[in-house]
Amino acid sequence: MYNGSKIIIGLIIFLAIATFPLYSNFGKSAVMPKPSIDTPVINQLDRKECVESAEYMKKEHMKVLDQWRDEVVREGKRDVITVGGRVFEKSLQNGCMQCHSNKSKFCDECHSYAGVKPYCWDCHFFKEEGQR
Amino acid sequence: MSIDRRKFLKIAGLSGIGMGLSAADSLIKGKAHASEESSLPESGVRLALVIDVGKIRTDEDYKRITDACHSIHNVPNIPNTKHEVKWIWTDTYEHTFPDQTNEFIPTEMKEKPFLLLCNHCAKPPCVRVCPTKATFKRPDGIVTQDPHRCIGCRFCMAACPYGSRSFNWVDPRKYLDMNKVNPDYPTRTMGVVEKCTLCVERIARGLEPACVEASNGAMVFGNLADPNSKVRKILSTHYTLIRKPAVGTQPSVFYVIGGGENAG
Repeated sequence: MYNGSKIIIGLIIFLAIATFPLYSNFGKSAVMPKPSIDTPVINQLDRKECVESAEYMKKEHMKVLDQWRDEVVREGKRDVITVGGRVFEKSLQNGCMQCHSNKSKFCDECHSYAGVKPYCWDCHFFKEEGQR
Repeated sequence: MSIDRRKFLKIAGLSGIGMGLSAADSLIKGKAHASEESSLPESGVRLALVIDVGKIRTDEDYKRITDACHSIHNVPNIPNTKHEVKWIWTDTYEHTFPDQTNEFIPTEMKEKPFLLLCNHCAKPPCVRVCPTKATFKRPDGIVTQDPHRCIGCRFCMAACPYGSRSFNWVDPRKYLDMNKVNPDYPTRTMGVVEKCTLCVERIARGLEPACVEASNGAMVFGNLADPNSKVRKILSTHYTLIRKPAVGTQPSVFYVIGGGENAG
């Protein structure tokens, strides 16, 4: 093999760089996020219920929001969702955030863990915890 | 089977003539269709505004109306006119009605500012050109927009003959006091186009648009498709102008000219 030593050294350097993310994190465990529902509104509820089960919302909340967005903005279907006698508006700002007013603990923690940067907050906003 | 040059040219020529004929046919039909089409939608609702220009007199009147809209929709106040965002604003008579070339109109009219906003056209050019369908016409005639889909191409701005659309060149939040914004309505972000939505969010709750509410009767809101509606009654009894009728967009904002106790 011509220039065998150079090729092997090159391959080793390439592998070292390509696998850097693997071995640099080896043995360290990332802390699992624990989204908190500790907000004044939720604490006052007798039955802590959202529009769907917690399991479903964990997996599918983005699809729910996407569906609401199309229904409200494009189709003008602004009818509210009633679960267990409580009324929910189909809105991130006027629905979700009314109860989940702790954005940093409830939204951001998981999003940063998963490396997801939703651009919802470029336009939608919430009053900081405690200001509401 | 082989084909010689002579045969090929014959077939090509015939197909060319055929394509030309079918195109001419659809053009003629299209034209006839457009001229017969009514501006009233099948839904039976075409929401419209009538503005009695004589009833809006002082600077405070104008400010009250524009502030009502801009404050509830978190429209930023950007001093640089190249970057400004406006949903409802004022301009001169010449700019509002450039087709009205009569130079001998009353001085009061000539010098008066006119309230301008999105005309919610029956044939909105902005909707036709939007490549993502971010701007669209609702069945009730409101031309609204979905900022989630806007890619900021600004075709709609080029298409709108009324300059009713604004592009967010800068982050609007830099020009908003985030402690005073309306917490129930989102802001916009850099890179999207926005405009008046005729308060779709208020209409859904059975309220009138914010400008109408703040106008103390100078603006009237209603359904053009209903012959008994307030707007139709004003339009049938008063002389009104629409902006740039020659461009054929059929605006849903009408201006009662003549002053006095006309509208309302």
